Amino acid sequence: MSHERQGATPARWGADLQTSLFAKGRAGRRATTMPAWRGDDVDTALPAGALRAAPADLPSLSELEVLRHYTLLSNLNHHIERGLYPLGSCTMKYNPRLNEKVAALSGFASLHPEQDEADLQGLLCALKLLQDALCEITGFAACSLQPAAGAHGEYLGMQVIRARHLDRGESGRTEVLIPDSAHGTNPASVVLTGMKPRTLKSGPDGRLDLDALRAAVGPQTAGIMITNPNTLGLFESDIVEVARIVHAAGGLLYMDGANLNAILGKAKPALMGFDVVHLNLHKTFSTPHGGGGPGAGPICVTEELARFLPAPVIREDGGVYRLDACAGECRPSVHAYLGNTGVCLRALTYILRLGGDGLTRVSERAVLNANYLRKRLEGLLTVEHADGTLHEFIATGADWKERFGVRTLDVAKRMLDYGIHAPTIYFPLIVDEAIMIEPTETESKETLDRFVEVVAAIRAEAERDPDLLRSAPHTTPVSRLDEAAAARRPDLSWLGPCNCG
Amino acid sequence: MPYTPHTAEDIREMLDVLGLETVDDLFRSLPAAVRPPAGLDLPPSLSEEEVWRVMSNLAALNAGQDELVSFLGGGVYDAAIPAAVDAVVSRSEFLTAYTPYQPEVSQGTLQVIYEWQTFVTRLTGLPVANASMYDGSTALVEGVRMALGRTGRDAVVLPAALNPRHRRVLETNLASEGVTILTAPAAAAGTTDPAALRALLDGRVGAVVIQNPNHLGLIEPVDALAAAARDAGALVVASVNPVSLSLLKTPAEYGAAVATGEAQPFGVPCGWGGPLLGFLSCSDELKRLIPGRVVGRTVDHDGREGYVLTLQTREQHIRREKATSNICSNQGLNMARGTVYLALLGAEGLRELGEANRVRCEALRAILRGIAGVELPFDGPVFNEFVVRLPRPAREFRAFAREQGLLAGIPLDGFAGCGPGDLLVAVTERRTADEIERYGSALRDFLEP
Repeated sequence: MSHERQGATPARWGADLQTSLFAKGRAGRRATTMPAWRGDDVDTALPAGALRAAPADLPSLSELEVLRHYTLLSNLNHHIERGLYPLGSCTMKYNPRLNEKVAALSGFASLHPEQDEADLQGLLCALKLLQDALCEITGFAACSLQPAAGAHGEYLGMQVIRARHLDRGESGRTEVLIPDSAHGTNPASVVLTGMKPRTLKSGPDGRLDLDALRAAVGPQTAGIMITNPNTLGLFESDIVEVARIVHAAGGLLYMDGANLNAILGKAKPALMGFDVVHLNLHKTFSTPHGGGGPGAGPICVTEELARFLPAPVIREDGGVYRLDACAGECRPSVHAYLGNTGVCLRALTYILRLGGDGLTRVSERAVLNANYLRKRLEGLLTVEHADGTLHEFIATGADWKERFGVRTLDVAKRMLDYGIHAPTIYFPLIVDEAIMIEPTETESKETLDRFVEVVAAIRAEAERDPDLLRSAPHTTPVSRLDEAAAARRPDLSWLGPCNCG
Repeated sequence: MPYTPHTAEDIREMLDVLGLETVDDLFRSLPAAVRPPAGLDLPPSLSEEEVWRVMSNLAALNAGQDELVSFLGGGVYDAAIPAAVDAVVSRSEFLTAYTPYQPEVSQGTLQVIYEWQTFVTRLTGLPVANASMYDGSTALVEGVRMALGRTGRDAVVLPAALNPRHRRVLETNLASEGVTILTAPAAAAGTTDPAALRALLDGRVGAVVIQNPNHLGLIEPVDALAAAARDAGALVVASVNPVSLSLLKTPAEYGAAVATGEAQPFGVPCGWGGPLLGFLSCSDELKRLIPGRVVGRTVDHDGREGYVLTLQTREQHIRREKATSNICSNQGLNMARGTVYLALLGAEGLRELGEANRVRCEALRAILRGIAGVELPFDGPVFNEFVVRLPRPAREFRAFAREQGLLAGIPLDGFAGCGPGDLLVAVTERRTADEIERYGSALRDFLEP
């Protein structure tokens, strides 16, 4: 156990796991001191009944001890600046350092959300620039920056669609169609708005099946949620007809913009017939994933739906920006303030840096990289629905499983030994032993070529010594973890040394 | 072009492998109708230096809390951020990693989450915590959902002095789920009236929200409120300022089933209200209803201790439409900020932080009490925030104080019985005795020109 391995034992760099912070430090040691108080002390003790019985039991460490602890922990992570991160549907592109420098500017970072507009003119201008840019990219008329994540944007988008139906007295429209290739957040978001998801089976080519769609729409239809390009990396070529069918039935179209990185400057959601789209700024617009956030999931909507977006709304009049509270209107709110502003500023920085042509090149190169990689992997991995893939593609490990007795999970774990993060696996659910690969545009041809070599090497290993894959990874700080035990006997906070072994 | 490595030669070679003439051939599956005829109407690419100039010029048009002396709160506070916090979270290893789906190469992030969960449990006293929520408002929504899910009831009682921004988010969320929202009135003292709460409780109410301190800054009679909820079979969902848990009774001590709140003061910049750091913790009985990511400690195949995402069968990517929440990504990096912040403070530092807030807050209250015409309408105990009642509109004083470089507070007109003269004032550890004195002088000057 790691806390017992702190003795004077020599170890390879990075070989030693970290002792828990809660087993470190010593009472009386400290890293911070409060500013001295030079004012009067006012004697107003809090009533005993309001106080906690004992101080919170936090470890006491010096500043260097804290920094060492987290620096050593950080060394256990894979990250973008270390190596390839080909997670399908996650768009793990390079996160420009300039974005971080801009967001940290005191003139942005130190603003309180209850300040007056006069103190916020530069910020409001920046956010308006971002909204306008996102509207131009998607072809829509209005934008809300409030959602803090993609799923949060889905939720707000569904609220907007629901509000519009109710506004027209169509309370019976409660069913939302969702293709079976969709992200799990889609059905979950629908349910939380009080509507019902209904699954649409994909056609044999991995795209929407128009006959199934025609049979499914009706007076109960609130709308449809479509990821385009879809999670197989395929563009829904019939999208204009899909929109016609859904609109004719009185429903609205929601686009999950998780895969927007494929179509910047190449296609606009509004031209496809969508009514609402959410964008993942932490995917397409290069803001960092931070180990699970914060992201941002703004939504853009048609002119008709603009009045259902959260307030306040940023308005500009003769170069002066103001926050319109939209008094008297009933608008939804999904966040205490106007969302993850710091993430929005990073995205604007990225958009300014690239410009309109640069953004179009982003998609061209993302799609070129994915197609090049797909082509080079032919003969090594079987790609499903290969025709017309854009920024990502889905391989199946089913034949490796049959021939070599290794599962997709084993292949993914072995990749870790080569310094590459595993692709997304077992998603989408409609492909057996799925391996979903998205290299993004920021990777070089050499890196892609090396990925191919790695897959070839792993395939040779699978043929020769499948146990090597089944027991992988071998070079990482830990080997495969006992997830079943973790779920069976949850140990969710540090109460003392681990007795889980 | 920035950020992509492709040379013309690379592109040619790659197209040759694909047997294509141009890159645009890759987009054949896009019908003409969806393609913008003239590309994107956005300005051309700028150099890094040019973008820096544009953005830093925009930042310079703002005036924030480094430049102005802030007494603003209401859920987001002007708290000091140790340099070591920024140093840790700017490391690419934390900044640019994805959600830790491959635990073998994500032990750093996973252990940080586990430490955050531990910190939250030690602050709230409840044994289970998750990896964070978007903000305090969405954390509260999820807490109420958990309590209603557990009790199988469909009504919630909110206090009149609940943060109004949190109330709006609750209303958006709960109305479409068919949940009835009831409001427990505030007594003259500004805190929730336990007797009035009892009168509202019936077999339908599954959740009672207690915000402590409440949006008037006042410490609530938490024991009496929680007892009322318990007697009616409802669960208490607490919304707390976590800085106040340095001193105040923990949600576990008054029997809350869920504790939520906004942990922005733990090392996260105010950032105009985002990204923030919602936290959520709960009792053991509710742990399988908790939303979002949860990390557990386990062992690897060689017997080494390690961490994994766990209890994932609750989550949307497994449960889809049967999931209790749709949350996927959370506030990971801000959670890392909170973790490093609390590691730097330690037990003694946290207690001192609480005292520093309280002492400064009391000092300003004492000064304001001495100004003729100014009232402190509620005399109950507070932590770091309170209401001052002015004989003239609070908005006018806010504008007057701003001229002197002070952000005087949040006008409360129309909130929980407050009038145009009422202002919510927060005092954090960043405020000096001199700045607090300046506040008093500004108010005197405003009232007696």
